[in-house]
Amino acid sequence: MLDTKHMELLRFTTAGSVDDGKSTLIGRLLYDSKSIFEDQYEAVRQSSERRGEEGVNLALLTDGLKAEREQGITIDVAYRYFSTPRRKFIIADTPGHIQYTRNMVTGASTANVALILIDARKGVLEQTRRHAFIASLLQIPHLVVCINKMDLVDYSQERYEEIKQEFEEFSYKLDVRDVHFIPISALKGDNVVDRSGNMPWYGGTTLLYYLENVHIGSDHNFIDCRFPVQYVVRPNTDDFHDYRGYGGRVAGGVFKRGDKVMLLPSGFTTTIAKIDTYDGELEEAYAPMSVTLLLEDDLDLSRGDMIVRENNHPEAGQDLDVMVCWFNERPLQLRGKYTIMHTTQEARCIVKEIRYKLDINSLHRNMVDQNIGMNDIARVAIRTTKPLFYDSYRKNRITGSLIFVDEGTNETVGAGMII
Amino acid sequence: MSYNLNHLKELESESIYVIREVAAQFERPVLMFSGGKDSILMAHLAMKAFYPAKIPFPLLHIDTGHNFPETLEFRDKLVGKTGARLIVGSVQEAIDRGLVVEEKGYNASRNYLQTTALLEALEQGKFDAALGGGRRDEEKARAKERFFSHRDEFGQWDPKNQRPELWNIFNGKKHFGEHFRVFPISNWTELDVWMYLAQEKVELPSLYFAHKRKVFERDGILLADCEYIAKRPEEEASVKEMTVRCRTIGDMTCTGVWRSEAATIEDIIQEVAAARQTERGGRADDKRSETAMEDRKKQGYF
Repeated sequence: MLDTKHMELLRFTTAGSVDDGKSTLIGRLLYDSKSIFEDQYEAVRQSSERRGEEGVNLALLTDGLKAEREQGITIDVAYRYFSTPRRKFIIADTPGHIQYTRNMVTGASTANVALILIDARKGVLEQTRRHAFIASLLQIPHLVVCINKMDLVDYSQERYEEIKQEFEEFSYKLDVRDVHFIPISALKGDNVVDRSGNMPWYGGTTLLYYLENVHIGSDHNFIDCRFPVQYVVRPNTDDFHDYRGYGGRVAGGVFKRGDKVMLLPSGFTTTIAKIDTYDGELEEAYAPMSVTLLLEDDLDLSRGDMIVRENNHPEAGQDLDVMVCWFNERPLQLRGKYTIMHTTQEARCIVKEIRYKLDINSLHRNMVDQNIGMNDIARVAIRTTKPLFYDSYRKNRITGSLIFVDEGTNETVGAGMII
Repeated sequence: MSYNLNHLKELESESIYVIREVAAQFERPVLMFSGGKDSILMAHLAMKAFYPAKIPFPLLHIDTGHNFPETLEFRDKLVGKTGARLIVGSVQEAIDRGLVVEEKGYNASRNYLQTTALLEALEQGKFDAALGGGRRDEEKARAKERFFSHRDEFGQWDPKNQRPELWNIFNGKKHFGEHFRVFPISNWTELDVWMYLAQEKVELPSLYFAHKRKVFERDGILLADCEYIAKRPEEEASVKEMTVRCRTIGDMTCTGVWRSEAATIEDIIQEVAAARQTERGGRADDKRSETAMEDRKKQGYF
């Protein structure tokens, strides 16, 4: 019987161009972990044959839509799933070209691990830097750098060390906490699922072992208590006549029954009377649990408000500095007005100032160029119509993130990380 | 200190968050209910999301008129338990009114006609968000589906014009007449669903468990022998009774059954974990062409 009680969920993101072997690597992980079904494999085998390719192209397993198959490129974020007895994995698979920065940002936003692929023959490329930078910008807690196609450099340790050093020379400038290197060959399977006999000089683990064992227990913030109220539960039935519960997902910290809490924006203080769920009451709730909190006192509280600890507040304010990645063909408008969605809160904002545009390859801050187009990253100052309760993105990825919505088209046009 | 959720609890929490988000952001949501395990899971999660209040939106079932009888029986029982209101959209009625024309021939199925009946029911009820049990691991066209999937005023899905989804912020803003399809269990796999249903001891229709049934084979798929399918003479001759079960439950005309001895949910988990074919491998409707699912989705299929 499968042990479902201790299986964890790990989300990782991959980015890469058509020929660095990313699709092959994902195909390899799925295939070697026996997550590919016969009918999927058969469909891919037939497609490969129709396209006149030699052998079975495992990369086709990760190509989704008709338009993409025709063009032979991946144009969006595709989600893949596989599991081992230890963990279930969600892969956010994104293309790595510069025009797809926004897809990389999307895939990175929920990831615990960023998997960066380097072609051993080519070494660190612009694209590698870009992906590593986005991983640090989005505060992905763990970075695993796979130096791929080792078979094409005779499994050379010297080449591996050279690339590792090259990567470290620029990554020290980034805000990444945990970096791990693995020499692999996705095509031949070296160090992906099984240990390679071709690289006796490598004493580390395989990629799958790393993914199964990397410590993700501290990826959430368990210190600063934040509970954005999502939905007010009011049964209005005879059995639950005066029941008034606050449904939401814990965004940070640990809430316990009996805790003294403060409500924002009102500033009233009260006590947690009960942490309720369909399966019964809980003693404590932590991120990312969805629960319903009941309070001792009957106070005014609704969606968009926040429950926090009395002695640990988030920032509250209307003037925010944000790193924004722009998603839309229509450039960011200086003095433009947008709707902001932040936790369960919504407000309007005006873009007051574009402080600088970031060149994501050189990390150079361009203070002159005010044109922020699709896939650009910039630091902007905004003013909101009402106070937001937030933390810096570095402190909490949930209370520190927001999106920009175009008021005319309703499209999501930008992703913001609060500084 | 160990504050770790196991993977099923984390998936549950994510789904509840999405379902609550729908109730908060939309005026008239509806839960699409097919009677299959994914929609049973959805109803279960919706109950959890609003407990102790009732699910604050109705369930919508599109009845093709070609359902397994067990499905309807189970549906009514479950609706009673949730206390939610049930709305039934009828494909037969759409045919009778001349809104759609029934397919003819051996492969005739009402599966395509469901789309019209569904869009009509959504329009009539003025529903602005339809929650469904679609999962990204089901089929390749679903791998890029969003949690909040925007549909234009014709109910169509444009794969090139989907909103990016970051963190857990869901943008449900829309113009008048447009609506959303929402898929709270996007990140679940077939195995996750079974493991969770087992863990939660959720009651399931008998069709999922091994039972004896008259079946015949077509294009390598076993189909249940019933009055709704026109059989070729050689198929007529090959009908025999076997011990089978359903891996998905849909319209009788296109839902393949599998030879199986799995009598309990634990047996099913073992079987799914060892399976060499995807569950939709038995769906004749997906086999019409390589992009059958993508094409149907664009037109407004579930």
